[in-house]
Amino acid sequence: MRRWLTSQPMQQTVFVGPALLAYAIVMVLPFLLGLYYSFTNWNGVASHIDWVGLRNYKTILTDDPDFGRSLWFTAKFTVAVVLISNLLGFLIAYLLSKPLKSRNWLRTLFFMPNVLGGLLLGFIWRFIFTQSFPALGQATGFGFFNLSWLGTESTGFWGLVIVSVWQGAGYLMVIYIAGLTNVPSDMLEAAAIDGASGMQILRNIVLPLIMPAVTVCLFLSISWTFKSFDLNYSLTQGGPYGTTESVAMDIYYEAFKNNRYGLGTAKAFVFFVVVAVITLVQVSITKKREVEM
Amino acid sequence: MRTQPYGGKLFASEIAVILLALLFLVPFYFVAVNSFKSFSELLVDTSGLPKHVEWHNYQRAWEVLHFPRALRNSILITALSGIAMVLVSSMAAYRLLRRPTKGNRLLFTMFIASMIIPFQAIMIPLVKVGNWFHLLNSIPGIMICYAGLGASFTIFLYHGFMKSIPLEIEEAAVMDGCTPYGIFWRIVFPLLKPMTVTVLVLQSLWMWNDFLLPLLVLQKPELQTIQLATNSLFGQYMKQWDLALAALVMGILPILVFFLLLQRHIIQGITAGAVKG
Repeated sequence: MRRWLTSQPMQQTVFVGPALLAYAIVMVLPFLLGLYYSFTNWNGVASHIDWVGLRNYKTILTDDPDFGRSLWFTAKFTVAVVLISNLLGFLIAYLLSKPLKSRNWLRTLFFMPNVLGGLLLGFIWRFIFTQSFPALGQATGFGFFNLSWLGTESTGFWGLVIVSVWQGAGYLMVIYIAGLTNVPSDMLEAAAIDGASGMQILRNIVLPLIMPAVTVCLFLSISWTFKSFDLNYSLTQGGPYGTTESVAMDIYYEAFKNNRYGLGTAKAFVFFVVVAVITLVQVSITKKREVEM
Repeated sequence: MRTQPYGGKLFASEIAVILLALLFLVPFYFVAVNSFKSFSELLVDTSGLPKHVEWHNYQRAWEVLHFPRALRNSILITALSGIAMVLVSSMAAYRLLRRPTKGNRLLFTMFIASMIIPFQAIMIPLVKVGNWFHLLNSIPGIMICYAGLGASFTIFLYHGFMKSIPLEIEEAAVMDGCTPYGIFWRIVFPLLKPMTVTVLVLQSLWMWNDFLLPLLVLQKPELQTIQLATNSLFGQYMKQWDLALAALVMGILPILVFFLLLQRHIIQGITAGAVKG
């Protein structure tokens, strides 16, 4: 082969070039451009764009109830989903790590909701909440089914939580199972011989040893839930009256419905900063708790 | 975990998990049985089995979704983008690992750091950039989008995996007169197969189910994916549950079949991806 083809600059171009080019066009450029637009009053179509300084950021902080509300909603939603789906995912994983006869089957079943995307799940559950629940309520008389599901702020909120947990728990379960199978059985036996109760074993031995899995699961569930868009879009459409609108939806509407691209990109940048801070804080806290084996 | 004899306690756990699993399946049951009912029957009786099977719902959903077209688009986009992502990212990861110059180390850090950027933070200008580079309304265009968006995570996975490939193999190939490109394609790339499977599994699930990026970059009806077609069906026939449920079942089936056929790989892929991540 010709020498120039195998020269270092040529190799660098061939190997790294394509990935770097796609990444630069799709990630780096939009990120920097977004940062620039966030200081302008761009409306998406006009070729004339005015620099407005920090006005968009000021609007977000002082004069935009939608953003504040959607951020608060997203925060509450994330806390609820992360707690419940991790507890449930861990519980299922814990039970399935025992030598149950049906464990392989069950693992598949619990994971199944996760392979469907949020959009379809939202539509499925819209049917369950608005058609099946009232029918079940009539048949069983349980007040739980007779609530006006998705019709009020709190049923909309809990409806979204239920579906997100249903979707995410199986995925977290898979990671927790992997963590649990790495816990050495002799350690557990030794603790049992020493008279430790099941709860003590769980808290003092199992939990510290599966901390890496906990880190991953918290990381994943926080990041899914905080960025939630598809599910809110198809299940509640942000309603009633925008009370279940996530930040991602608010950004989307600000730009593509209200045509305030400048303000939208400023919101997007604030969103990025919040996500980055949460991720870094969370990873550094849980990393500290990991035990070296 | 330790092995216990199969006794009362385990039996009780088994029953408890099975009940929980049935609860997980209830939504699928409701959607499946009601998709075969006529609209009036569905409103009167949602929990029972259909009195007679209404195939007509599926006929209509097939037409409204333009199902063959949507399915073809979804498969094409997922498969082609997956292949593009694997090719460009494995090559980049290889170079970044094997030639750790200052610039390359910086590049790698940049790729990793940007995993933190949520898609929603860049989507607004992405549409504008997509317009400049003619990435909108074309399958090659959305392939480039996915390759760029997925590059960070994919490079990260390959980079971690390649560390375990011994350099001696490559050195031997150099002795035999193999070019750097030959070494990568003939020797290294085949060795990456387990990670390639993981990457394809994780990224295909993401791309197949993705709604927001296609919504932004594919506006032509001919390019609608299953997600987009379902969304426009719901926009048009909001309350027609007989039609909508049949459409949902059709939308779910391909990915469900994919999952059930490849579930061992998928679950292993998730574990591998999570441990590395």
